[in-house]
Amino acid sequence: MKAFDLNTDSVRELNQYLHDSPSGKLSVTNPAGRHCIACGIDNAVEVSIDGHVGYYCAGMNKTAQITIGGNAGPGVAENIMSGSVRIKGNASQSAGASGRGGTLIIEGDASARCGISMKGVDIVVAGSVGHLSAFMAQKGRLVVCGDAGDFLGDSIYEACIYVRGKVGELGADCIEKEMTAAHVHGLEDLLVATGVAANADDFRRYGSARKLYNFDIDHADDY
Amino acid sequence: MPMTTERKLSLRPSATFPQHVLDEIHRAADQGIYEIRGFGAKRSLPTFDDLVFLGASMSRYALEGYREKCATDVVMGTRHAKKPIELKIPITIAGMSFGALGANAKEAIGRAATAMGTSTTTGDGGMTEEERQSSKTLVYQVLPSRYGLNPDDIRRADALEIVVGQGAKPGGGGMLLGHKVTERVAGMRDLPVDIDQRSACRHPDWTGPDDLAIKIQELREITDWEIPIYIKIGATRVSYDVALAVKSGADVIVVDGMQGGTAATQDVFIEHVGIPTLPAVRMAVEALQELGMHRKVQLIVSGGIRSGADVAKALALGADAVSIGSAAMVALGCNRSVFLEDYEALGTAPGYCHHCHTGRCPVGITTHDAELQERLPPEQGARWLRNYLTTMVLEIQTLARACGKSHVLNLEPEDLAALTIEAAAMAKVPLAGTDWIPGNNK
Repeated sequence: MKAFDLNTDSVRELNQYLHDSPSGKLSVTNPAGRHCIACGIDNAVEVSIDGHVGYYCAGMNKTAQITIGGNAGPGVAENIMSGSVRIKGNASQSAGASGRGGTLIIEGDASARCGISMKGVDIVVAGSVGHLSAFMAQKGRLVVCGDAGDFLGDSIYEACIYVRGKVGELGADCIEKEMTAAHVHGLEDLLVATGVAANADDFRRYGSARKLYNFDIDHADDY
Repeated sequence: MPMTTERKLSLRPSATFPQHVLDEIHRAADQGIYEIRGFGAKRSLPTFDDLVFLGASMSRYALEGYREKCATDVVMGTRHAKKPIELKIPITIAGMSFGALGANAKEAIGRAATAMGTSTTTGDGGMTEEERQSSKTLVYQVLPSRYGLNPDDIRRADALEIVVGQGAKPGGGGMLLGHKVTERVAGMRDLPVDIDQRSACRHPDWTGPDDLAIKIQELREITDWEIPIYIKIGATRVSYDVALAVKSGADVIVVDGMQGGTAATQDVFIEHVGIPTLPAVRMAVEALQELGMHRKVQLIVSGGIRSGADVAKALALGADAVSIGSAAMVALGCNRSVFLEDYEALGTAPGYCHHCHTGRCPVGITTHDAELQERLPPEQGARWLRNYLTTMVLEIQTLARACGKSHVLNLEPEDLAALTIEAAAMAKVPLAGTDWIPGNNK
């Protein structure tokens, strides 16, 4: 297994290697909260990071399987396209922002704006999420096994939110929706695939009321 | 008693409530929502027209107009990028989205820019294949909405432009009304068809200059530090914003004045937010000079640039290049006096049209309607835009040679005088016939 020690190797050297390397396994030690680790990968590599990472770790990931063995700073897996990113600890704000595909698994809690502007990614949070999560979420699924902070799903489009715990005040145009059998099955599959232990039947579903999709003066107070 | 013709002629309009204000109040009373429209500010503003060049005479030597060379090439992104952009002319094409513009218009722009050796720019909707194929040098915008953003397009771009704001609406996000959100546009943006698409005004994963510095680091890592990274700002607090953009690590800063156009936003935003391009250029240049970064971080200025004279004046004030959007559309036929019945159907007329937001552009530019788009064959559009750009370049060279400059970037503030006190104060060049610069205490 190829190994990078960020006490001696630079993030630039690591990322260049990841961009050039077609496949295989790679370990990263001593990340020490450094920014932009393992971003822009477009190869089927498996990356294991032993420790905490700073901003934008695994940004725009394609194909790669990345595991972060600690906490992650803001914008982890932002704009992820495919592959998977797993965080063993907690994630800071804007986790999975504008993600368009792939899977982001957060085994701890996620801070504010988790899944902001998401466009197709599946995000599974074993803990809780902060305020304004799934803000302007367009596509994909946000699964919260704990609680969700205020303004969940504000200005949401066609993304789907599942929450098992308590939900604060819902954001503009976000409503609770029926949890159909199809939704339960789909969620069950996602939980199994991501290895997160939870019963799909315990979740409630939230999505768009679609009242703000077009300008309507009768809905002006909702903004 | 019925009014006579003589009586009508003596009616006095209100300066406070002129006809367009009355019309707007009536419209607001009918509809209960602000006016949304395209194009840029229509109010009268101090412009580059308020400056003149001091051509060579006894104290300066002019260059021969048709014989001595006056170079126009500029390089963008020399600060950090391994592959800076080399442009043959100092006029670039501003970001205009596929969505706001139809595919034919985007292709025409790409072809013309390529033929002229300059760059064009994507917009709030991602990169289309037609655009990439027709544009030799393409700047890819990273916007708050992140519509269509993907690392593949990032890696095939020639530069990235992080859009913090634009001159038509600093502090506001993009807008595309439902009738322009066609299946293709919606697919590119991951949105439902026909919705009124209102983009975010803040980026989803950074909130200030310290964050932005790290965001830029991420984009450089993704692109292996090869291509330049621009930051585009709408002109407001230009001095601070330019300094912070430099601190954040930008290679190129784009400052867009309030005359900058848009395909759709609130009229109140277009007319009442931001400052004119004229003072914005000077403020940006001063900020760069204070940091010792003038000509090291390149400055592109946009917002109401219409002619070679405008370009030359912006360069003389210290810009490295300009960007045109509205003017490029006019070259493609915007507001041209043809298809009058279609203008009339929109409730407008050539010379007044700002109905880009409707998707019913009479000349086929800001539309996705197949029949209307046929009115703008890409080859024809490219020819018009190329002719216009060529004319502008000849005009810049004419003015530069008259001032004795063998390169357009050698133009300088000393070559300028102002015709109005306002322009003198904003551009910080002397009022013509004096050595007076209002606000300059020296």
